[in-house]
Amino acid sequence: MRLNFQLVDLSDADPTESLLRWLRRQRLTGTKEGCGDGDCGACTVALVETSDDGKARFSAINACLMPMGAMVGREVVTVESLAIGEVLHPVQQAMVDHAGSQCGYCTPGFVMSLFCGYYAGDFDDHVIDGNLCRCTGYLPIRRAAKALAAEPRGADRFSALLDQHQAPETTSLGTFHNPDNIADALALKVAHHAAWIASGTDLGVALSRGQHIASVLIAIDRIPELQCLSIHDNHARIGAGVPLSRLERELVGVFPALDHLLPWFAARQIKNRASLGGNLGSASPIGDLLPWLLAQDATIEVRGPMGARELAVDGFFEGYRQTALQPDELIVAVRVPRVRGMQAGYKVAKRRGDDISIVAAVFVLVLDDDCRIAHVRLAYGGVAAVPIRAKAVEAWLLGRALDESVLQEAVARLRAEFTPLDDHRASAEYRRALVGNLFAQFVAEHKEAP
Amino acid sequence: MTHESARGHVTGSAVFTDEQAMPARFLRLYPVQSPHAHARILAIDRRAALASPGVHAVLLADDIPGENNTGPIVHDEPLLPSDVVSHVGQAVAWVVADNHVIAQSATRLVHVAYEPLPACLSIDDALTQESFHLRPARVESGEVDAALARAPHRLRGEVRCGGQDHFYLETQASWATIDGEGIVEVTSSTQHPSETQAIVAHVLGIPSHRVVCRCLRMGGGFGGKETQANAFAAIAALAAKVTGYAVGIQLPRSLDMQLTGKRHPFLGRFEVGCDADGKLLALDVDMVADGGWSCDLSPPVLMRAMVHVDNAYVCANTRVVGRIARTHLPSNTAFRGFGGPQGMLIGEEILDRIARHLRLPPDVVRERNFYRPGFETTHYGQPVVDNHLPELWAQLKHSSAYAQRRTEIDAFNANSQTRKRGLAMTPVKFGISFNKTEYNQAGALVLIYQDGSIQLNHGGTEMGQGLHTKMIAVAARVLGVNRRHIQIMTTRTDKVPNTSATAASSGADLNGQAIKAACETLRQRLAPVAAAMLGGAADEARFEDDRVTVRDTSLSFAEVVQAAYRSRISLAATGYYRTPVIHWDAVAGRGHPFYYFAFGAAVSEVEICGYTGVHQLRRVDILHDVGTSIHEGIDRGQIEGGFVQGLGWLTCEELRFAANGRLLTDAPSTYKIPTTSDVPIDFRVDLYERSAPPGTDVIFGSKGVGEPPLMLALSVREALRDAVAAFGTAREIALDSPATPEAILRAIERVRE
Repeated sequence: MRLNFQLVDLSDADPTESLLRWLRRQRLTGTKEGCGDGDCGACTVALVETSDDGKARFSAINACLMPMGAMVGREVVTVESLAIGEVLHPVQQAMVDHAGSQCGYCTPGFVMSLFCGYYAGDFDDHVIDGNLCRCTGYLPIRRAAKALAAEPRGADRFSALLDQHQAPETTSLGTFHNPDNIADALALKVAHHAAWIASGTDLGVALSRGQHIASVLIAIDRIPELQCLSIHDNHARIGAGVPLSRLERELVGVFPALDHLLPWFAARQIKNRASLGGNLGSASPIGDLLPWLLAQDATIEVRGPMGARELAVDGFFEGYRQTALQPDELIVAVRVPRVRGMQAGYKVAKRRGDDISIVAAVFVLVLDDDCRIAHVRLAYGGVAAVPIRAKAVEAWLLGRALDESVLQEAVARLRAEFTPLDDHRASAEYRRALVGNLFAQFVAEHKEAP
Repeated sequence: MTHESARGHVTGSAVFTDEQAMPARFLRLYPVQSPHAHARILAIDRRAALASPGVHAVLLADDIPGENNTGPIVHDEPLLPSDVVSHVGQAVAWVVADNHVIAQSATRLVHVAYEPLPACLSIDDALTQESFHLRPARVESGEVDAALARAPHRLRGEVRCGGQDHFYLETQASWATIDGEGIVEVTSSTQHPSETQAIVAHVLGIPSHRVVCRCLRMGGGFGGKETQANAFAAIAALAAKVTGYAVGIQLPRSLDMQLTGKRHPFLGRFEVGCDADGKLLALDVDMVADGGWSCDLSPPVLMRAMVHVDNAYVCANTRVVGRIARTHLPSNTAFRGFGGPQGMLIGEEILDRIARHLRLPPDVVRERNFYRPGFETTHYGQPVVDNHLPELWAQLKHSSAYAQRRTEIDAFNANSQTRKRGLAMTPVKFGISFNKTEYNQAGALVLIYQDGSIQLNHGGTEMGQGLHTKMIAVAARVLGVNRRHIQIMTTRTDKVPNTSATAASSGADLNGQAIKAACETLRQRLAPVAAAMLGGAADEARFEDDRVTVRDTSLSFAEVVQAAYRSRISLAATGYYRTPVIHWDAVAGRGHPFYYFAFGAAVSEVEICGYTGVHQLRRVDILHDVGTSIHEGIDRGQIEGGFVQGLGWLTCEELRFAANGRLLTDAPSTYKIPTTSDVPIDFRVDLYERSAPPGTDVIFGSKGVGEPPLMLALSVREALRDAVAAFGTAREIALDSPATPEAILRAIERVRE
């Protein structure tokens, strides 16, 4: 690992210890623990990532979710290296000038998020939407970001670092393996009773909380075959490991529902790591992109020791966090058809940004020349043990004209289609109301549109 | 002038409690937690844990040499329970081990046998079971029953508000070490070092002079470290005593949320009488606060709610009765506003009920009821002095274009069936001073060294509010030196003793006056020295720009200091301050508890979605009175941050408990404080420009600003209610608090019925 311009030997590191804990044990205590769950951003550091085009960029990540095993062969910058002596980095100076810190505990995390934004020329609110601050109300931090955006940026040692970036050598760290191709990954999986770990935004929480996952872990976040992204006339093929922030950048305008959902799908630090493959593999009933895949009739390409096969996403989710994957199979890519017609994604949560859905919904609806429903998909998250389509209502709607009485009846039927749970996020009653209301909102917002 | 630690914050070099250079052998703590809300402890077996490698001790009640209590007012809070557990997650034992991983895993080897007992898990349970702390409190003025009977309009109602986790980014942290002389030094993220010192001494059974508590800086406090830090400091000190090593703890987030108290949820029931203009004639309020398992600070929190239910509105005939529910939940505590927000939420509910019942504009009903000349006595007998609210209100109404936006919003709502906008304006009148009179005192110790550099010690703690920065400004101004010559020191109980909590918005008021007094003492000693050197009288000496000037000649401050030293003049001074005028009779519910009042007002505009109940805050306008600010940047920071914290309490922050009393929302994945996306781009804050300085002798004419802005966020709740009202024609709009999307949709559905 290269840390703040210096190569660091990790051979003695515990591969499941988080980067955050490890840094703090090295007395690099600028990186803070506010939650240990990847939700507060106090531990944000800048990971150097190389895109397809060969260009390196700084990617804000939560150090609490990064196991040390995944740090082998990577380069990272922490808050300690930004200033040179008494001379602050422009991002730090802007935070000082605009009174962006009060208690100071969240501040290094904000500095690192802004630092990553600074080198990407990106200063909108989403750069800091994964950082919680309890003191300032965010306003002075927003002012600091605005001032930075107005300033010209010259070359400095960090831009030079990006220009010259060469990843250190990637190896395994103890029982934590970092294969660089699918064949090796599958061989390792068969040889050990191992668990896959994609980007660690889910398993990283368990590791951070001291839970045991498996004695051997196989990281699949650095397999180039999983990082392909191609857009075709009638579909897009998305590598299972492509970070969501790259989808946000490169799929803009391709899938309207995705454009609606991605800005509110988790925070920047999570999107810089999380992937469709990880979303599918963990199969959470509240994984926001899973209803989208259901609504789009996506196809999942998997590879296993017995070879490759394709699975329809409809039927992929078999139970709470259970999928149709065989034990040693790996999700390689997802093919998402581009569909015509009205389509939109909705997410309702207690908080607009960086929250887990109470209900997420993705709708696709195609009318024929007689204004009758020719194709319809009503897919939901948060209403059952699995992401799910309202198939009974879909069937009922097919062939009908979408007039007010049909809409009323559909909403009533939707409210009755699922039996969601009461939990700490919301009541079952509210979830049932949303299942119907979101469809009504969708129709109201899109029916007039051509 | 920036925050004194700003450079340390942005570089990560500002050190917090758990980040200091620890002694080589440093042990860690982890609690064994109760799975029951209420249960008898039958037996605790720690043998297996003690036999585990790396485990040094398992602390139980029997290990406490002194008093097993951390209760700050009522001694009802055992540090370690010996017979009964009182909330889910309560620590029944603490494992002391080489590191936290070992300590945490060894907790599974401590076997505790329980006999579950019936639990009381809500205010409603407490009302049914008549489970209360202490006796009801009462504040009353006038002839309430007679005035109610005569009132042309009478309304009854009920309102509830939820609690709030402090969610300071730095969780509770303390560590303790004992030196060769047996002096216990506790480093704690505490807002009240003197109380932490006293409780550590009580628990260890030693006098206070054998304990030093120090607090470097906190990563946020908000009231959550006023008393709640004490138990963790005490357990670290006990562990250090038992093992002989330095021992520390910083709670993981979920433990912090499970173990510590929060803002009190309240239930308010009221009956109000008013005239046809909406003027208050009589008010009868019954309020119940959920105190949790122990008293903690609930009595003064309740009292502040009771004396803030009036907010800015005068009502000669008012009766407020308050009770503290005793429940089997974590013990609720201080939180920015200290009951004031809950009291004012009930008050604003009442004003809105009146307005909608009479079909009058709520802003008009509000201003008609303001305290004003001839109507200035509160229901607890104190006159509202230095009342600039009517003028401030009018200014904000104008600058926010309230009337024009009201018209625009009504037009928008007439044309939109599924999305509605709301606009509301609410005032804040908040009493400054501790209700507990004896807390209104402070001390400082200022040391000048021979090179002219200065060390500044005072009793207040820094939690991000910028107190140290303001205190440096006070010393710099009195001594006429640049702030780079002033070093603020860690708050320590051996430098300034018997300090009060840094709380009640009064940190700068109290400690600033103490520093000013100390610096004036030093200046009075230095002035004759300078006068003797420069020729002239001592009272001619002026201290400014790092120089001391007498008539037209001057010397550097350092030269005068060196001369004073050679003349054998003391260069160290203490300063002391007690707030004048105030007094309070808690039993009678009468007195003059506040030295002065802080005023402000806010206008909020929202839009809500009729399908989902999701809202968006579109614009906020704030005008707030900070007197003559010592530091405008810091005061603006307090206003903006306080508002957003209040916004969280009233909208997205929701505490949910399981049926057994376990906190379900114990992490930021489930407990949602505001993020940047909740804060409108159009957010306008102005400091009220006063025609005259405050009449009270406050430090440099400045007013406390820590808590009052939080309550400006009530304008958001009222704006949401206004938007909900636009979905129908109801004359009563019930809206649960927090106003989550679910609560808003429920309110809309009620209006549509």
